Amino acid sequence: MSILEVSDLAVEFNTIEGVVHAVNGVSFSLDSRETLGIVGESGSGKSVSMMSLLRLIPEPPGRIRSGAAWFESSKGRVDLLSLSKTKRAAVRGRDIGFVFQDPMSSLNPLMTVGEQIAESMRLHLDLGERAARKRTVELLDRVGIPAAAERYGNYPHQFSGGMRQRVMIAIAIACGPKLLIADEPTTALDVTVQAQILDLVKNLRDELGLAVIWISHDLGVVAGLADRVIVMYGGLVAECAPVDELYEQPRHPYTEGLLEALPRVDQDRGEELRSIEGTPPDLYLAPAACPFAPRCSYAFDRCRQAVPPRYVVNNGHDTACFYDLAERRPRSE
Amino acid sequence: MTSEQPQPASGPDLSPSADPLLEDERSRVRRALSYGAKLLFRDKGGMIGLSLFMVVVFAAVFAPYIALHNPLQQDLTRSRQPPAWRDGGSWEYPLGTDSLGRDMFSRIIYGSRVSLTVGFLGVAIALSIGLVLGLVAGFAGGRVDNVIMGGANLFLAVPYLLIVVVVAAVVGRSLVNVVLIFGLTDAPLFVRITRGEVLRIRNSGYVESAVAIGAGRARILFDHILPNLVGPLITVATFEMSAMIFYEAGLGFLGLSVPPTIPSWGNMLAAGRQYLASTPWVATYPGFAIIFTALGMNLFGDWLRDVLDPRLRRKGR
Repeated sequence: MSILEVSDLAVEFNTIEGVVHAVNGVSFSLDSRETLGIVGESGSGKSVSMMSLLRLIPEPPGRIRSGAAWFESSKGRVDLLSLSKTKRAAVRGRDIGFVFQDPMSSLNPLMTVGEQIAESMRLHLDLGERAARKRTVELLDRVGIPAAAERYGNYPHQFSGGMRQRVMIAIAIACGPKLLIADEPTTALDVTVQAQILDLVKNLRDELGLAVIWISHDLGVVAGLADRVIVMYGGLVAECAPVDELYEQPRHPYTEGLLEALPRVDQDRGEELRSIEGTPPDLYLAPAACPFAPRCSYAFDRCRQAVPPRYVVNNGHDTACFYDLAERRPRSE
Repeated sequence: MTSEQPQPASGPDLSPSADPLLEDERSRVRRALSYGAKLLFRDKGGMIGLSLFMVVVFAAVFAPYIALHNPLQQDLTRSRQPPAWRDGGSWEYPLGTDSLGRDMFSRIIYGSRVSLTVGFLGVAIALSIGLVLGLVAGFAGGRVDNVIMGGANLFLAVPYLLIVVVVAAVVGRSLVNVVLIFGLTDAPLFVRITRGEVLRIRNSGYVESAVAIGAGRARILFDHILPNLVGPLITVATFEMSAMIFYEAGLGFLGLSVPPTIPSWGNMLAAGRQYLASTPWVATYPGFAIIFTALGMNLFGDWLRDVLDPRLRRKGR
């Protein structure tokens, strides 16, 4: 059963230099208890599309041009994008928890860590001060903060980066959400701490039955966590596939390039790292063709004339490419 | 569950209450204050600054009990008597007398009232106006922001000395006028600082997080933005207070502040100027009082700025 169905989401930003087409029609669905990885380079629209689901992008300059996002909330099925302000606030933090990239700046320096966790529970659950405190200590303990009761009254600057991210996760799961959206939550952390946070999220997901959307530019991180992966490029979905299939049989040249660009431990020392030639697309132009075509070694005329639709490869796997990578020839029209 | 006894906390117990869950709001405030006191004792500059400032406040509040004479009582037979420790001085007039035979010491004690009134009320007015307008400008944005900031910049462009002269000429010299003028002319500064901070805080990660957990505008304003404004604004307020005390003395020297019937440091400085060569104490001691106060406030302000920023607090001193 899907708990989130996003269709044709398009987001743009009005700037002095012109309109930035950040997201250009993204569709996907998410089952309950499913973990979806969203991968793409900077500017591919992965963060913007997820943040706009909760209307967390500044509007203006941002604008959601089109789309719908049907979500199975605790108060029934709602379109996240057309909710009223109050109803939107009721979904944020209550049904959908959000973890941001930078744990260093995501906590209010003047509020104790405990107060900040209790804040969302007092907003959404009708909890008294004592009950909220008690539950906060349980949460701190659950996310792996040692001596949780003594840490309640600490301020964020007394916590390390990894511990702050644990606090952010505690805030996100405080009200028992159905969906956790994590926007590159491990990018700012040490590798060892990254692994700990990943384990924590995995455990919480299994224990609480969460659906997770994990935004990352790190294919390795996503491989170990996600059930399904969406690869984004130029504000469009390039490929969507179950995680194993994506890594074994990529059907989009961009995915293929990304996988080849991954450095490997067993690689010879002298061997040069592969890269994808060219530069990311100019987002000031509305896409009229495949955004990857200028960098694609398979590209042919048709790629420069139309935006490719998402061709179904098999059940659960699709790719937005006119070239059939498996057959090594262009698709028939 | 018998084996699940609460473990004693490892390491030194920093908090007075063993169970933070039982700690109420009052004991939190008490703990914060004692922490602040500890920080103050560690910083000599802040300590000295606060002491100097407290002396001035004490003098202003208890002026009638400290002063030896009525500060307005003239005695021309004792005109320009030297301080007690010089030839011809007496302990009846510890700092000597001015040209009209009034007791310098008593006049300086009473003069602190004018200075502190101008400093406190001037900053209070400027801060209140600045905080409200700055919050509105920063929070509403758009046209409201443009109008408020336009007005603030316009106001900043008018030389305050000119306003003072005009007001003094039109409605006369009074303490109320000085306070109002300082309060109004300094408000744009606070508008600017508040607005800038509001914009910075609004774009901060923690406000974004608060939005993401479903906090409304009011909660974001009162729980997240306002508390984070206190630090920068208090710091600026201390420095502005010392500046206002300074400027008041300057205006008094020019004869534009309070009327000469009220003892103020600026007025005394002006009156003593012509005797600087023969009987310098008439101008020197009011000058010392101004330096004393301004130095104290600036030292204290420096300390406050460091303390209110938790990141600077960590610096080993």
